Amino acid sequence: MSPSRKHQRLVLVLLGVAALIGAALLAMWGLADRAAYFRTPQDVAAGRAERGVPLRLGGMVREGSIRKLPDGVTVTFELTDGPASVPVRFRGIVPDLFKENSGAVAEGQLGRDGTFVADNILAKHDERYMPPQMGNQASELKTRETVK
Amino acid sequence: MIAEAGLAALWLAAALALLQFGLSLAGNRLGELRAMVVPAAVLQGVLTLFAFAMLIWLFWRTDTSVVLVAANSHSDKPLIYRLSGAWGNHEGSMLLWVTVLAAAGALLALVERRLSQDSLRATLGAQALLALGFFGFLLIASNPFERLDPASLQGQGLNPLLQDPGLAFHPPTLYLGYVGLSVAFSLAVGALITREVGPALARAMRPWVLGAWVLLTVGIVAGSYWAYYELGWGGWWFWDPVENASLMPWLAATALLHSINVLAARGSLRAWTVMLAVVAFSMSMIGTFLVRSGILTSVHSFAVDPTRGSFILGLLVFYTGGALLLFALRIGSVREGARFDLVSREGALVVNNLLLTVILGTVFVGTLYPVAVEALVGEKISIGPPYFNAVTGPIVLLLAALLFIGPLLRWRRDSRPNLRRIAVPALVTLVALAATFAAPMGILPRLGLAFAAGLAAASLLPLAGRKLTRTPLTIWGMVVSHLGIAVAMAGAASDSAFTRETLAAARPGETLSVGPWRVRFNGVDPVDGPNWTAIEGHLTATRGGTTLRLDPQSRYFAAPPTETNEAAIVTRLDGQLYTVLGHQEGDRWQLRLWWKPFVTFIWLGGALIALGGLMALLGRVRRERRRVVGLEEQPA
Repeated sequence: MSPSRKHQRLVLVLLGVAALIGAALLAMWGLADRAAYFRTPQDVAAGRAERGVPLRLGGMVREGSIRKLPDGVTVTFELTDGPASVPVRFRGIVPDLFKENSGAVAEGQLGRDGTFVADNILAKHDERYMPPQMGNQASELKTRETVK
Repeated sequence: MIAEAGLAALWLAAALALLQFGLSLAGNRLGELRAMVVPAAVLQGVLTLFAFAMLIWLFWRTDTSVVLVAANSHSDKPLIYRLSGAWGNHEGSMLLWVTVLAAAGALLALVERRLSQDSLRATLGAQALLALGFFGFLLIASNPFERLDPASLQGQGLNPLLQDPGLAFHPPTLYLGYVGLSVAFSLAVGALITREVGPALARAMRPWVLGAWVLLTVGIVAGSYWAYYELGWGGWWFWDPVENASLMPWLAATALLHSINVLAARGSLRAWTVMLAVVAFSMSMIGTFLVRSGILTSVHSFAVDPTRGSFILGLLVFYTGGALLLFALRIGSVREGARFDLVSREGALVVNNLLLTVILGTVFVGTLYPVAVEALVGEKISIGPPYFNAVTGPIVLLLAALLFIGPLLRWRRDSRPNLRRIAVPALVTLVALAATFAAPMGILPRLGLAFAAGLAAASLLPLAGRKLTRTPLTIWGMVVSHLGIAVAMAGAASDSAFTRETLAAARPGETLSVGPWRVRFNGVDPVDGPNWTAIEGHLTATRGGTTLRLDPQSRYFAAPPTETNEAAIVTRLDGQLYTVLGHQEGDRWQLRLWWKPFVTFIWLGGALIALGGLMALLGRVRRERRRVVGLEEQPA
């Protein structure tokens, strides 16, 4: 095996390692920047949710907070996780299982006025989707209520 | 009796797999007996096919004295969904997995003639060991033939979302692809054992990887279209963990496909190709693990069972770990491949592989990071489209740019003058970019459209100066697949740039407009289906002289109680009109209308990509056949 052949294999190995390191760096940059995708109303209250970037906000739909606007396709409601709640505005067709005192996740952005503008709503027990966080949260809230 | 016959066949097949594995280990001492490896592989394949046929038969008759049938089927269901119920559940899908695995082993034993006898035996031994793990899983942890006593009267039914022709054939297609990669894995392991990593290995592996890759592509494209029309959200890719589970093996297989060509043609990239074969099948197993374990809750949450996840995880660690260990021990003794310059076809394929690996790595991290965080810290997080789009988007554009150059380069080395041919696609890209400034749109769709135009030109260039009728099918395959990428990119860019949406609550008789269409809402009617009832909206859409009727439905299923949305979609040459009926608001009904110009290009492009793979596969098989009958001395 001539030295130049060894050299070529070395270059290939280094390239492979570089690709893996590149992937890891890219992934870490992405995670640091965008992994804070799921937020709770308490995060919002504590100022831990960025404005103007895509987020998911999860919680329970606060009793008596659902209002339908005259255009027939916009609803406003509040998502709560107990101590904190966030007003949400959604233009669209809400899932069939979207109702008061039930879990929901809003996908959208937090506006300047503190209202979360959703472009998608995922309801708990919706056959189509049930975000991993919801199961946990719902049971936590229930425990909290029983403790009270 | 049917169920018992199926179960007995499974046990026999498992015993044969054990025998096959043992014989492959035995070495020369057993002499003639070692030749039994091939018939053992064939018989094992036949027996598992028989077992799977028995399961289908049970579902066809809706034999509710079998637990699996009772839990997943219903005598009222249409025949096609009774049959697809056989694999639309955990046990059935795992039996399908084993069946394909064993059948692939049998086929390999029957047709493979390029490898040495030693390599083939080692490969079949590895395939038998893979099958053994899954036989064990089936027989110990998820017997599909378990009896129910007393028998159920009707059966419970199948999730209505699964009652869709797309979903009946989507999982088996993906599985065939996953398991096709198992053969590549076994071939790699076999070659490592006998130290015969070379062009012969690449030629033996290529048809399997091509076939698996075509099926994975079809499965992913079909799944994407299913999500698009069935969920009623109008989106076509959600970066859902289960979608990623099928994307990751596809990315690895795509890289493998390209590195195999280098190994087959030039004898280079030996270690890398073997490594990719191991990684590709590991990704298939990770995909199965993610979907089957319920560790990630997702759109596919009906497939949840945490206890079984650990079994698949164990198999995953055992096989991948074992293969990597073998790789580490043997790779030093694998012969060095031929040299090449960086500016050459090989060089471009190396860069292609690196970029695909980076995408695979970032998708892998994004998909599994939430699992790791939950296991280590106990905190639940979710990673969504913002992450995946940001990290993969730029690399996909780089890959597209590479496609301008790669296919035009020569093997081994290329000089600068040949690079001049890049001028054509580059010019097309610039013209397209200039043209997009006529319309307002974001930077990514703009770049996407321009690159798609340039890529379409670049992908056709390898045909320039050739006699089209005499061009080999394998070249055509490459051209068609690369063109498919351009078409899909154009569709995705057009969808995000030009989609128009109208959302309103309308009274019967009202007219709405979306894009170039005027849509009149005529009212609603109740409708009855075989196992559902629905409210159906009636719409008339007009554009120019064209008038179309659309009837979107809101469906209610009784068993199990579920509501689904049946969007009404019409396809025109220049796009799709997509309508969804929402809830009643007083005397009004919510309507969501989308006009999506050229959205169909996304799946058309996907279909072209798969078609290209199929053409390359046919080209290879034909060439191989000619070689066998002596028409061609050496495959090029």
